Amino acid sequence: MEFIECCIDGHKYKGVTQEVGLSQTDGPLTYCDKADKNREELFLRALCLCHTVEIKTNDAVDGATESAELTYISSSPDEIALVKGAKKYGFTFLGNRNGQMRLENQRKEIEEYELLHTLNFDAIRRRMSVIVKTQGGNILLFCKGADSAVFPRVQNHEVELTKAHVERNAMDGYRTLCVAFKEIVPDDYERINRQLIEAKMALQDREEKMEKVFDDIETNMNLIGATAVEDKLQDQAAETIEALHAAGLKVWVLTGDKMETAKSTCYACRLFQTSTELLELTTKTIEESERKEDRLHELLIEYRKKLLREFPKSTRSLKKAWTEHQEFGLIVDGSTLSLILNSSQDSSSNNYKSIFLQICMKCTAVLCCRMAPLQKAQIVRMVKNLKGSPITLSIGDGANDVSMILESHVGIGIKGKEGRQAARNSDYSVPKFKHLKKLLLAHGHLYYVRIAHLVQYFFYKNFCFILPQFLFQFFCGFSQQPLYDAAYLTMYNICFTSLPILAYSLLEQHINIDTLTSDPRLYMKISGNAMLQLGPFLYWTFLAAFEGTVFFFGTYFLFQTTSLEENGKVYGNWTFGTIVFTVLVFTVTLKLALDTRFWTWINHFVIWGSLAFYVFFSFFWGGIIWPFLKQQRMYFIFAQMLSSVSMWLAIILLIFISLFPEILRIVLKNVRRRSARRNLSCRRASDSLSARPSVRPLLLRTFSDESNML
Amino acid sequence: MAMNYSVKDEVDGGPPCAPGGTAKTRRPDNTAFKQQRLPAWQPILTAGTVLPTFFIIGLIFIPIGIGIFVTSNNIREIEIDYTGTEPSSPCNKCLSPAVTPCICTINFTLEESFEGNVFMYYGLSNFYQNHRRYVKSRDDSQLNGDSNALLNPSKECEPYRRNEDKPIAPCGAIANSMFNDTLELFLVGNDTYLTPIPLKKKGIAWWTDKNVKFRNPPGGENLEERFKGTTKPVNWLKPVYMLDSDLDNNGFINEDFIVWMRTAALPTFRKLYRLIERNSDLHPTLPAGRYYLNITYNYPVHSFDGRKRMILSTISWMGGKNPFLGIAYIAVGSISFLLGVVLLVINHKYRNSSNTADITI
Repeated sequence: MEFIECCIDGHKYKGVTQEVGLSQTDGPLTYCDKADKNREELFLRALCLCHTVEIKTNDAVDGATESAELTYISSSPDEIALVKGAKKYGFTFLGNRNGQMRLENQRKEIEEYELLHTLNFDAIRRRMSVIVKTQGGNILLFCKGADSAVFPRVQNHEVELTKAHVERNAMDGYRTLCVAFKEIVPDDYERINRQLIEAKMALQDREEKMEKVFDDIETNMNLIGATAVEDKLQDQAAETIEALHAAGLKVWVLTGDKMETAKSTCYACRLFQTSTELLELTTKTIEESERKEDRLHELLIEYRKKLLREFPKSTRSLKKAWTEHQEFGLIVDGSTLSLILNSSQDSSSNNYKSIFLQICMKCTAVLCCRMAPLQKAQIVRMVKNLKGSPITLSIGDGANDVSMILESHVGIGIKGKEGRQAARNSDYSVPKFKHLKKLLLAHGHLYYVRIAHLVQYFFYKNFCFILPQFLFQFFCGFSQQPLYDAAYLTMYNICFTSLPILAYSLLEQHINIDTLTSDPRLYMKISGNAMLQLGPFLYWTFLAAFEGTVFFFGTYFLFQTTSLEENGKVYGNWTFGTIVFTVLVFTVTLKLALDTRFWTWINHFVIWGSLAFYVFFSFFWGGIIWPFLKQQRMYFIFAQMLSSVSMWLAIILLIFISLFPEILRIVLKNVRRRSARRNLSCRRASDSLSARPSVRPLLLRTFSDESNML
Repeated sequence: MAMNYSVKDEVDGGPPCAPGGTAKTRRPDNTAFKQQRLPAWQPILTAGTVLPTFFIIGLIFIPIGIGIFVTSNNIREIEIDYTGTEPSSPCNKCLSPAVTPCICTINFTLEESFEGNVFMYYGLSNFYQNHRRYVKSRDDSQLNGDSNALLNPSKECEPYRRNEDKPIAPCGAIANSMFNDTLELFLVGNDTYLTPIPLKKKGIAWWTDKNVKFRNPPGGENLEERFKGTTKPVNWLKPVYMLDSDLDNNGFINEDFIVWMRTAALPTFRKLYRLIERNSDLHPTLPAGRYYLNITYNYPVHSFDGRKRMILSTISWMGGKNPFLGIAYIAVGSISFLLGVVLLVINHKYRNSSNTADITI
């Protein structure tokens, strides 16, 4: 956050650069034309006094109480920017001491003000005030707040010039605040003081009472000026948003800023492109008239018509539609939104809401400005309950984002200057907004693939484990005779097939992380829970059913012969089960090996280790007459089985047949990818010819270019 | 300074979130594993790498399959059903339990001579040796020669655990239902002169079963003495110590018994009965000609619609006659090869048509 410029009594003050050296005693300000000296000082005092900033004193260094470096701490970075801004102009806030606010003015004199009351900021009033007593005994009230909150409370004739300034600043994407003051005569103060204390002590409805008192106090003020603070976009914010767009996500911006500021920010972060057609549903388009709702209704209908013309069919694949059609952006502000959602006529409110949602769904980007914290949550809830229940993700850094972070499916907090509330209430917290790109596109993608594969694989491996057991019942008189030995039954999921899938679901990177971050379109592959839909599930189930059948009937046909050994000896039912089980363990593990695209040493270790362990265990289990077992079913079964050549041939054959569909699928996918790549390259070629601006040049554009274009 | 710090650490060390102390960080370690930076082999499966495997599989599988198929076809096998349910069958008379002992003779002709070792099997159909309650109805400790288990068999053997207040040895349903037909084979020479074919009783069970898993109970030379205090299974004609005259093939280590105790996997099964060893290189083990099969018919199967068969078979390196494995190998090999060809054509087509596009990427 950086203090950019201010305006005092309609005179613009700008050009303060990073250098602090400008604060000279005699020529303090670089200005175009100058306001009254007293007003300047009053304005700067207001900036220095009207805030809740505290100073972090460094206790460790004893002696030097007046440390050269003052560290300001506040819940709001805006306030710090303002105090620092004032410092640049020569008024330095030195902190509180014994209830006295101390500041150093341009003449290096210390001024002390007794802080009488702080009328705290809240999101509904959108302003804050302090009441201070000067050394001379005058009682002053300083107020700063959003233009919409301050302008109605000052004498009218002062407003016009400042208003123009504020609007221009907002268009440039700065955050604006207006500063006003008022002198309170002692008698009045007595009354105010009483009222305030009474309200603060109230046991019932304290909030409302305080609000009412605040409202009474903050009237009839004199406007001094306005400030503009630049809330710089975080590093790579635009690239991140663009990547999210390309990944097929719909980006909605919910902000408390005023419409103009938010709009230009959206251009800066390329939520809106220059080609985007904006649809506005704000207090400006819906004039402050009696017939508000009619006007709203008209607009909604009009926008819907426009969008329906553009998208003739309600295309299901919105992602596709985005890339080919004119893009639309919707701007809606808090008051209009509440008008839409809480319309007075109950019958039509539903109607409004549904039309509004239809419009939203068709728009590429939606900007909601002047949102109260709870409205943000309301919007998230509304989107969550849309048809097809989309997955919502909220990301924010301030305390006012907490409600929406909690409301959405995935909440992400940014550990920022505005405190840690957002990060604390989030599912994931990241230090910078740009990390969202990697978080979603790389880690999100990988983790989704891993978890989806894990789930499907578990169903798969257990299905083809138990299907032969089921089929066996038809051949054993439905007597529930286990096909596998008890040790195999219990150890299958725990020992023989657990670690490979665990390693897979921890380590798999089927596509490189770098590729994933650099090509956001890859994210669309997994959009809409693609890997856990009916189709993939049926494929896995089919595969398991096929494999289970192959295991059982392969062995069944093998057992139609007199003997499988060259010495003519015969096998029993436990050998039958062991053959099936051996083929099963190898097939299931090799299937995972075929799926693994990222072979670390851990994968090698667990996959080959599991198989080796199975063989080792089988030898061991069958190698001893176990004293604690009632039946020595497995005694030498495995070794005897491996002494037969046909058995080896049969096991290899059955494993291969079982994996055949999987190998075939890989090859076919390969061919398909090849053709897809061909299509893609064709499309790319045509893209570069088309008028649609490609991605690269946009990335090079700077913020100022964008704002000029407005 | 250093002193100060250490004291402070000690004071603040208690609560984990103490601001002054060494704050516990939850940041994952910067290791290759935790940061997902492990070096990895990333196989890229392209048509170029996968297609050759199809051809290789085809080229390996088809010869193996042909080899197995030919071997399997060279195996001689003859199967003779002697259940006797047909009135014309010589064994028909044995269906009624009244005739004991019932001996019937079936004659058959070998069109081709059987060379090498010949194996004689008996086959049963519709006999669920894999039924759950049947499979568990045995006591392996008893069979392993444990003297406690001999006199006090496992409860799993119920209801074939005790008979007339004496423990049954060997106990259980499996032992009780042991196959007890006697099969003899005669070659009919000129002038109906019968030459008995020597049938070897030993060498039909798994070595480990015969020598480790099955053991007679300890005691003196006399086997009857060792089995003292036990009784024979209900359905048996003779007690277990009278299964054979050879001491090495008597009692629990009787190989017919051991073979029977290895329960079959499927309701139709074959079990090895006797070996007919090749005696000289000059003459075939079983020359072509007429044979008599002499059956002492004890084992009733008609109550459960079972069938009894006698099978004579030669054996190759891959076991008995089994066309399945050879055909399966040939089929899989051919499919693999064909798919390889088809995919190669498709792949080639794509490469041709996408040549220009590939260059632009």
